[in-house]
Amino acid sequence: MTTAMMHSLYLTGRSLRILRREPAYLAFTLIQPMVWLLLFSQLFESVTEIPGFGDTSYITYLTPGVIVMNAIMTANWAGTSFIDDMNRGVMDRNLTSPLSRGALINGILSYQAVVTVAQSLIIFGIGLLMGARYDGGVAGVLVVLVASTLLAIFFAALSCAMALLVRSQESLIGMSMFLALPLTFLSSVLMAPELVPGWVDTVASFNPVDWAATASREALAGATDWGVVAGQTGFLVALALLMGWLATRAFRAYQRTV
Amino acid sequence: MPVSSITHATAGPPARTEAAIEASELTKTYGSGATAVPALSGVSFSVPAGTVFGLLGPNGAGKSTTTKILTTLSGADSGTATVAGYDVARQGAQVRHAIGYVPQKPCFDPTATGHENLTLQGRIYGIPIREIRRRAGELLAQFGLADAAGRVAKTWSGGMQRKLDVALALIHRPQVLFLDEPTTGLDPEARADMWAEISELTDADGLTVLLTTHYLEEADNLADRLVIVDRGRVVATGTPEELKAELAGDTVHVQLADPADRERALGAFESVEGVHQVTAEESTLNARVGNGAAVLPKALAALDARDVLLASVTVARPSLDDVYLRHAGRSFRTADQIDSMEAAR
Repeated sequence: MTTAMMHSLYLTGRSLRILRREPAYLAFTLIQPMVWLLLFSQLFESVTEIPGFGDTSYITYLTPGVIVMNAIMTANWAGTSFIDDMNRGVMDRNLTSPLSRGALINGILSYQAVVTVAQSLIIFGIGLLMGARYDGGVAGVLVVLVASTLLAIFFAALSCAMALLVRSQESLIGMSMFLALPLTFLSSVLMAPELVPGWVDTVASFNPVDWAATASREALAGATDWGVVAGQTGFLVALALLMGWLATRAFRAYQRTV
Repeated sequence: MPVSSITHATAGPPARTEAAIEASELTKTYGSGATAVPALSGVSFSVPAGTVFGLLGPNGAGKSTTTKILTTLSGADSGTATVAGYDVARQGAQVRHAIGYVPQKPCFDPTATGHENLTLQGRIYGIPIREIRRRAGELLAQFGLADAAGRVAKTWSGGMQRKLDVALALIHRPQVLFLDEPTTGLDPEARADMWAEISELTDADGLTVLLTTHYLEEADNLADRLVIVDRGRVVATGTPEELKAELAGDTVHVQLADPADRERALGAFESVEGVHQVTAEESTLNARVGNGAAVLPKALAALDARDVLLASVTVARPSLDDVYLRHAGRSFRTADQIDSMEAAR
């Protein structure tokens, strides 16, 4: 294993340790996904009665959507750990150690991937108890995990890049929320594409949140069109890689101002 | 002083040099255009290996900026510098293996124990786990942290936490240690404790320490040599004794009962034989004199003849404050306050 990979692993371990040692944070991280599912499934229960929604139950429709939405909501906080590190001397010490900038970003992204997979499995479990059915089987579940993790990596990298640029907790959270909610609602996360206005459907086709939701739902529904899954997942891989690279570049901006 | 080999360095032997740190004409400006803030305007100094070197100056003088350039955290606009023989601009990776850096702000992980903090830091430098355990035990004992090592660091006292920061920077046996304001925010007891630890560091491993501080007594106590930095420039270089010896004679400090008497008091002092230089700030007069005991009665007589009322008079051997006053043209305390107010704006 290369030094950079080892370094990423150590940093992921550090983040997981912090999560373990902060019970309130851990509880919030585990309970939040359940709340999303319970809340939205109750709130929008009757949408299946709208003609054209199809004959799937709303909980079956919603579960992959909530997994995708939860991935964004959690990943949006990724940059806050960078800001904590900057407010203390940790960032400066790390940047004067053999840790590479890529390893610093990778450490956060890998941690985010672990958390996203754990949260997604919780949502799958709760969904099952509430009556959701996953006809796509194990392969379908795996696609959902991959797609939501890729989306989480994209948003986490974006959050890290913004953290390095704005260097303030308040600005970071404000910008994240500004992005997360519209991107969620301009997608098929909560509502079938057949039922939204045409322009929303058009915007959604450029929206990574919708790519993840579409791939997930397609894979989970059974009778999967794997071409659609591969296409949407491919976009997500490219975007996650691009954003990870940009986040690594954002260290330059930070180091110019220290 | 032999420079020990660097086990983790990946390329090229260090250039032959006697000095552990060599800074030459470093300049740096933050921002550009109308908002440009010059931080360094030509800082040069040389640090002999195995010594404690002080970078003394008021807040905003350029100490931290200099440290950030030398630790590769930041880049200089112009000028060159080598640390442990490596060029900070071109051989950053080698420099980072050779140095330990304790930033001004705390850098330990509060949710991890002392052992866990040191273990992660050791792994970052690629040290085998057995060696990390041995070295961590050694450092925890050296800094008197062994009893607390199994508890999470947020439960420790401020002084212990700061010592952990220093221990973290030493886990990989660096050649050069950078301490940026190591005792700021510590209570007097913890500060004295930290001073004792720092002064032992160079004896043990031939470590070179670069210490930035805005505490005059800290530089006086710890530094073998020092530079005084003011507004981005080096204004004086030498050992604390040399710098004080340059100011021949004694210093007379006079506190006036009424600041309005300042001009008259200044006139009185200047008329006395044996007074070399007088400066006045608000209600304080500082005079450098040849022989304090001989000058004082004459000075008091001159002040009395002009009806100047005094609050206090002291005669002292020159301090680093007097050295600073002479080179920077203002007293250290005033500069520190003014410059921190400017920094806050």
